[in-house]
Amino acid sequence: MNRTALQGIRVADFTWLWAGAYATGLLSLMGAEVIKIESMTAVDQTRVMSFTIGKAFEGVESSYVFNAINLNKLSVKLNLKKPQAVDLAKRIVQISDVVAENMRPGTMERLGLGYNVLKELKPDIIMLSSSAFGGKGPLGAYGGYAPSFACASGLANLTGYRDRTPNPMTGSTDLMAAITGAFALITALNYKQHTGLGQYIDLSSVESQAVLAGDAIMDYLMNGRVQYRDGNRNRIMAPHNCYRCRGEDKWVSIAISTPEEWNSFCEILGNPSWTRDEKFADAYERWKNQEELDRLVTAWTLNYTHYEVTDMLQKAGVAAMPSLSNEEITNDPHFKQRGVSSTVEHPAMGKVAVFGVPWRFSKTPVKITKAAPIMGESNDYVFRELLGLSSSEISQLVDERVIY
Amino acid sequence: MPGQALRHLKVIELCNLVTGPYCTKLLADFGAEVIKIEPPVIGDCARRQGPFLHDTPDPELSGLFLHLNTNKLSITLDVTTKTGKVILKELIKQADIFIEDNPPLVMQKQGLTYSDLEVLNPRLIMTSITPFGQIGPYRDYKGYELNLHHAGGEGYLLPIHSDDPDREPVKPGGIVGDCVCGLSAALATLTAAYTMAETGIGQHIDVSKQDVLMSLVQHHVCTFANLGEVHSRLLKGMLTVLPMECQDGYIMITIVNEREWRSLVECMGSPQWALDEKYLSWANRHWYSYEINPRVQDWVRQFKKEELFHKLQAKGVAATPVNTAEDLAQSAQLQERGFFADIHHDLAGTLRYPTAAYQFSRTPWKAMRPAPLLGQHNELVYCERLGFSKNQLTKLREAGVI
Repeated sequence: MNRTALQGIRVADFTWLWAGAYATGLLSLMGAEVIKIESMTAVDQTRVMSFTIGKAFEGVESSYVFNAINLNKLSVKLNLKKPQAVDLAKRIVQISDVVAENMRPGTMERLGLGYNVLKELKPDIIMLSSSAFGGKGPLGAYGGYAPSFACASGLANLTGYRDRTPNPMTGSTDLMAAITGAFALITALNYKQHTGLGQYIDLSSVESQAVLAGDAIMDYLMNGRVQYRDGNRNRIMAPHNCYRCRGEDKWVSIAISTPEEWNSFCEILGNPSWTRDEKFADAYERWKNQEELDRLVTAWTLNYTHYEVTDMLQKAGVAAMPSLSNEEITNDPHFKQRGVSSTVEHPAMGKVAVFGVPWRFSKTPVKITKAAPIMGESNDYVFRELLGLSSSEISQLVDERVIY
Repeated sequence: MPGQALRHLKVIELCNLVTGPYCTKLLADFGAEVIKIEPPVIGDCARRQGPFLHDTPDPELSGLFLHLNTNKLSITLDVTTKTGKVILKELIKQADIFIEDNPPLVMQKQGLTYSDLEVLNPRLIMTSITPFGQIGPYRDYKGYELNLHHAGGEGYLLPIHSDDPDREPVKPGGIVGDCVCGLSAALATLTAAYTMAETGIGQHIDVSKQDVLMSLVQHHVCTFANLGEVHSRLLKGMLTVLPMECQDGYIMITIVNEREWRSLVECMGSPQWALDEKYLSWANRHWYSYEINPRVQDWVRQFKKEELFHKLQAKGVAATPVNTAEDLAQSAQLQERGFFADIHHDLAGTLRYPTAAYQFSRTPWKAMRPAPLLGQHNELVYCERLGFSKNQLTKLREAGVI
């Protein structure tokens, strides 16, 4: 099949930051035509800096982070503080299937681009509004970033060492909100495909992560029990931890569930006498005495590299994997063979490594056709070819800082 | 009467525990018909994992299972028997989507690969969810959620901003990793369903859980390739990057831009130290975070977390309390949005469940039925759908196929 999965879908993309832009970024990777609407008057912060990576970038066209989450997209400049720009934005919406935005709740309405206005212009439009706590309710106007979502959702409370502060994780929580947004949009597109009907979706980033810890919520709702973080530990499996290996800051994760796995594990260790101790005789005993067990396992793993331990245990049917750094992932043979990562030519940065989507379609493979857009690079295509403005009208709008 | 977004889709699930079942739950909650195939007698392993209602282990009272299997039908079937395989193939012929999470070698041995099934149903979308995917040197490796978080790269980065190099890297909490993999698989599957409806052609989707978890830290992964920088949990020197202690818990204050920093300083009463001109630039505030963070912490300590949350948000500062499951259950925000739903189950009674993060104006999340009892829909599926007689059903049961 010579087509992309979402060929023919057009998205008017008012998103920014990771939580919004990666949702439409996933659609653009799968073949939707995503028109990012941005402006010099409100620059997407990921174009200039990254909190997670701890970097400030020079100018607005040298951000690796912006590039990674806006691949394949087009970009037009529209200064939405000007009424003429709002009119042009509406005309883009009229020729789109989807509108996505993650400004503070109420902002799109103030700009005259709320769902009630847009659905009059395009009755079958699908619109996603993504925000920190959701668009309605007592916290509807409150803002947040990835660490806010991790903390408010309950995930931070479940992550980290038992005796230390809750841990807000990496920026991964932004991407969880984004994947949820993309899933919601695809669901609505499937519905529209069968009924012709559009709709409005109000997404709470905080809730997008709370549902991922559904078991902990169920434990409270059923039993009144509040779960807390406890490192790598599991509710019943042991060993279930990271163990130090040979080398500097090298660790291997080992998880054992069944008696067969435990027996194979003991065999690889050479059946030392402690493995026959009553204290480790069954899964419950191992779980109860896991601190001592962890010390004994570490005494063994210290003799090998994390890859050596992985190799020995996997051959025996035991789940083990190194705790991989970004450098090790980049050089890992499995990562390389799966081809999840590739490079793209960026007009300002040159060759840049990017990720792609973490699944493989057998018939509509994901194609990275271009780097993230230079701001406004699609002005001509969108305003002239799609909306039919003349070149002189366009240059006048540029002069008036409408297209800006 | 509101519609259901995915009512037109028929899904067969051959999955266990968290990832696959969460994937199909997302579809079932939007109205897709999901027939869950469980091994006879023992059923899905999630039935034997807690939390259990009132801490009473019972295959019908696992909160994990009840949550992950809302809106589905359950049949029992031993797909390793010859008859079981014939029945499975018949079900797949009538389905739009087949989702499975078995080791690739097992599916090959059973003759249940996509090439085997595509000939029966060319419109079929088959999604295979495995730890390391269908190709690559680790294809047949085992991996639990713990291993995949560490193989995916986030483990090595956690806990972020750790000050103790002697302690181990840790995984994100709970079952988050497995659920994100299920969510990603659902996104990929529905995308293929959209394409199928356009073109009439199905396809196979290879979902590697390691790849999904890696995608969540793709910025870190690519930073090595692009800038040669190695990241670890021991990274330091960031402004207010960890939760701070209040009187009654923790609060997280995230300062990304100039305006937010100025608002925070104002909320603190513009103390002399905060006005130092060396703190004027973004880079410097991170550089001097070892000076700033303890001072902010001293100020934070005098407040209760809810009080400070509202005070800072009122000034446009992204602050949030660190919530527990109890805080969520009592949150007025979640209540008002309808995040929780009461669902009645014949054995577990009426319980409150988390629903979903999105409110759809036309096709809202809906609990049509609770998680199924083991084999609850055998008669419905075998007799009404596949045309077996009651007598045949009994025979299949006696033979251990069902």
